[in-house]
Amino acid sequence: MSLLDYFRISKVGTASLAKERLQILVAHERTSKHQPSYLPQLQKELLEVIQKYVKVSQDAISVTFEQDEHQETLELNIVLPDNQAKNT
Amino acid sequence: MARIIVVTSGKGGVGKTTTSAAIAMGLAKKGHKTAVIDFDVGLRNLDLIMGCERRVVYDFVNVINGEATLNQALIRDKNCNLLYILPASQTRDKDALSQEGVGRVLDELKKDFKYIVCDSPAGIEKGAHLAMYFADDAFVVTNPEVSSVRDSDRMLGILSSKSRRAEQNEEPINEFLLLTRYAPERVKLGEMLSVDDVQDILSLHLLGVIPESKSVLNASNSGTPVILDEKSDAGQAYADIVARYLGEERPHRFIDDKKGFFRNLFGGN
Repeated sequence: MSLLDYFRISKVGTASLAKERLQILVAHERTSKHQPSYLPQLQKELLEVIQKYVKVSQDAISVTFEQDEHQETLELNIVLPDNQAKNT
Repeated sequence: MARIIVVTSGKGGVGKTTTSAAIAMGLAKKGHKTAVIDFDVGLRNLDLIMGCERRVVYDFVNVINGEATLNQALIRDKNCNLLYILPASQTRDKDALSQEGVGRVLDELKKDFKYIVCDSPAGIEKGAHLAMYFADDAFVVTNPEVSSVRDSDRMLGILSSKSRRAEQNEEPINEFLLLTRYAPERVKLGEMLSVDDVQDILSLHLLGVIPESKSVLNASNSGTPVILDEKSDAGQAYADIVARYLGEERPHRFIDDKKGFFRNLFGGN
């Protein structure tokens, strides 16, 4: 920090940006930390089975794991394409 | 009852060994018989920081393998006769430490020592796992910097799920935050995460802040724990931390920018 620095304009600190990024990241990592390790494999296999019958895309299926004090919930979400859902 | 303290961080280079050396010396200076163990197998460095590198004959792995007794391997510190160092092995065998072996050595140390400080290696591999596994208290060393804070959070997750206390459903490890390499003048300018920012993110009990200080490099150059440099800011900060850990009330220092406007103005350090 020297005399010249006082004449520089637009000196915005980056610490607030660091905090914001960390808060989002840490919150995300804390929720995924408790997920069982088989979750990605489960998701992959489910997708394969579903694709046998319905043409769904890679991101049409999501498996989420939630945990509170009393129970653990495994939530499975599959978005079926409109027309094919009617045909099967 | 002996207590096992792990000094951990996840990230490397944040000051784990400096901290281990300082707090072990501080506890011993307060009259408690203390052992400090280097868990960084293959990359031992605690001996250098403690200034006993030329007195290493046997190491931690020799003791685990029964090639030496604990008394043969422990090095008595030259500055304090209540402090002993157990150096790491320089072997490249990463499986040299076993959970059973480490547990056995720690049990033996607990009979004779009040505090056992475990200097963890960086990372989350075996050495780091074993350093924290048997701990009662954890000192999480963190720099006010994004990657260090993130890694500390990961480490907290591991402490709460993978330790002996967690596995046996005992009371969890007491976790403390040590914020190191802190530069109050940069925090003031909004360039560095503040103590409050880091605490907001990690929600940990703050044991103390160690300011960025020339005395830390001076201390490691000469192989004397920085806490013995009683005139230095870092030395005093570590002394405060030891006192707080032992239950003394001490106000936090080195958090605010004490340098005057004019000193900042002319680039003083």
